[in-house]
Amino acid sequence: MEKNSILSVQDLTISFNTFEGEVNAVRGVSFDLKEGETLALVGESGSGKSVSTKAITQLLPKRNTNISKGEVWYYDQELLKKSSKEMKKIRGKDIAMIFQDPMTSLNPTLTVGRQIAEPLIEHQGMSKQRAKEEAITLMKKVGIVGSEQRFQQYPHQFSGGMRQRVMIAIALACHPKVLIADEPTTALDVTIQAQIIDLLKELQAEFDTSTIFITHDLGVVAHIADRVAVMYAGKIVEIGTVDEIFYNPKHPYTWGLLASMPTMKMEKEDLYTIPGSPPNLLNIPTGDPFASRNMYALEIDFQEEPPMFKVSDTHYAATWLLHPNAPKIEVPDEIKRRNKRFAAISAAKGE
Amino acid sequence: MNKNPIMQIKNLKKTYNAGKANEVRAVDHISFDIYEGETFGLVGESGSGKSTTGKLLMKLEDMTDGQVIFLGESIQNKRSRQDLLAFRKNIQMIFQDPYASLNPKMTVKDIIGGPLEVHKLVKNRKERDQVVYNLLEQVGLSKGFANRYPKEFSGGQCQRIGIARALALKPKFIIADEAISALDVSIQAQIVNLMRQLKQEGNLTYLFIAHDLSMVKYISDRIAVMNRGKILELATSEDIYHVPLHPYTESLLSAIPEPDPESERNRQRIVYDEAKFTYDQNDPNVGLFEITDKHFVYCHKDEVNHYKQKAERLQQVLTV
Repeated sequence: MEKNSILSVQDLTISFNTFEGEVNAVRGVSFDLKEGETLALVGESGSGKSVSTKAITQLLPKRNTNISKGEVWYYDQELLKKSSKEMKKIRGKDIAMIFQDPMTSLNPTLTVGRQIAEPLIEHQGMSKQRAKEEAITLMKKVGIVGSEQRFQQYPHQFSGGMRQRVMIAIALACHPKVLIADEPTTALDVTIQAQIIDLLKELQAEFDTSTIFITHDLGVVAHIADRVAVMYAGKIVEIGTVDEIFYNPKHPYTWGLLASMPTMKMEKEDLYTIPGSPPNLLNIPTGDPFASRNMYALEIDFQEEPPMFKVSDTHYAATWLLHPNAPKIEVPDEIKRRNKRFAAISAAKGE
Repeated sequence: MNKNPIMQIKNLKKTYNAGKANEVRAVDHISFDIYEGETFGLVGESGSGKSTTGKLLMKLEDMTDGQVIFLGESIQNKRSRQDLLAFRKNIQMIFQDPYASLNPKMTVKDIIGGPLEVHKLVKNRKERDQVVYNLLEQVGLSKGFANRYPKEFSGGQCQRIGIARALALKPKFIIADEAISALDVSIQAQIVNLMRQLKQEGNLTYLFIAHDLSMVKYISDRIAVMNRGKILELATSEDIYHVPLHPYTESLLSAIPEPDPESERNRQRIVYDEAKFTYDQNDPNVGLFEITDKHFVYCHKDEVNHYKQKAERLQQVLTV
């Protein structure tokens, strides 16, 4: 695990000024992205996962965004201090992005080929002809059949899955060190989703890219991630390796997320639900914002926000249940099942 | 279970741009029954025709050909306002996008009370409000919400309002078209539980249209798998998951990622080769065949034996 961090986010705090008041979208988020790994950011809508990553590449609207605290280090460069001109040289070259909706993120008036060639001309100073050749190679690589003809076509002539492949080709054109994929498969059908994820995995290995993968689909996370960070109300509440999060989760919110997904093997009892809905980020309640939805909440949860407690060298969770003085509680059945499965898997691996 | 069909669908067909170069056979001769009191799941990828089917059954679109019998009456000839009102009193819909399907300029009270007034089921405002309060309570919202507007609610709450509106007329049959796809995971579970609970209370029948197979399996009694306007497989939800016979169903199932890293590491994805399962449209020997008890597969008559053997094999694996 002794890999170097390539990107390091520290205590990032972001709020938006709106008509109704100040929305505290991100409240002190810290994480490292290590070389070659895939870090999944999981959380519900409004948990701050997209906002945190957009801040990294300065994609938030300057007008009403207020980044009050925090640092983002890419190697030895502080990204939040860069001017937009300097950032333009990094964005798309060193750090590239793929977004959820491939239709709105492609320009409908330009041919697909031109859009793939653009970063090559812009960042690597290729000639038009050379960029075209390179773009066609890229299109082949991401699995677009007949790339010579399709180079000339417009986004509307592509299906959803194919458009997402175009987005991936654009993102990977300059062999970026960091790829930020913001719900890249959410709008796609399951079979197409599986293809795109396999493609991403393949290309990641080939280009040695580190990836931040944002999603709310825990199935996808289990498939693609090395490490997982679970976000709630603008904070990371639990972070660990994929096995730690899925088989030995410690935060009640992670429990709820895992238990509320129907699995194929499940019988027809009522689904476990997390009651209520996420807090309004305009005025966050004192204490742990998850407390009111948490059946394991302790008294202190309503007074003070829990710090990150260490579970292992790679696993941290922000819940008072990990405090040495916390009472022993009975975890949900689904989590017990997962603990057992983990024990079985580790035993099998040990042999 | 009670086996009275509430809706019978026979050779239902919908073609857009018929006869032109861009002809689309959105729904291509499908037939099935939906029984009273069951939850019937309709799954498929985008463009498979599942939503079009829902719209045809609701008479939001006119069918090109075929017959749909709902509560013993053919729905084709219902044209007058009176007929349509009577028809839609018993069949209601819950839509995908909870925000887009509620009028932003109306209060919750007017949204839910609307159908009651249209159908003249309440005499005055006071009576209407009382019914609305009861409905709100039924879907787990407080009656204090009645005077608010949709934008004041979260997605999950809006979906509850949509459900309350669908329930207002005490329909027998509810079509839920991707009713939970737009919601967050924890909220999805809440809505699914609510729908199940309402079904038990009100003896409802659901047609549950979705692309998320794991949720569909969880909520449905029987499932039909659609692709390119055709039903490729129809069986109980248990059978669809444990004994999937059509290769397309297998490929769909194998593509669903499960929240379990270890099984994900070992997962083998099955790729569906459509060309192998495309049949001559006019061949009378092609259709839905019953392979095992109430388990249908779309295939050629000659393939029936092959599928029977496959079913036996899978059953054996299952019992071991």
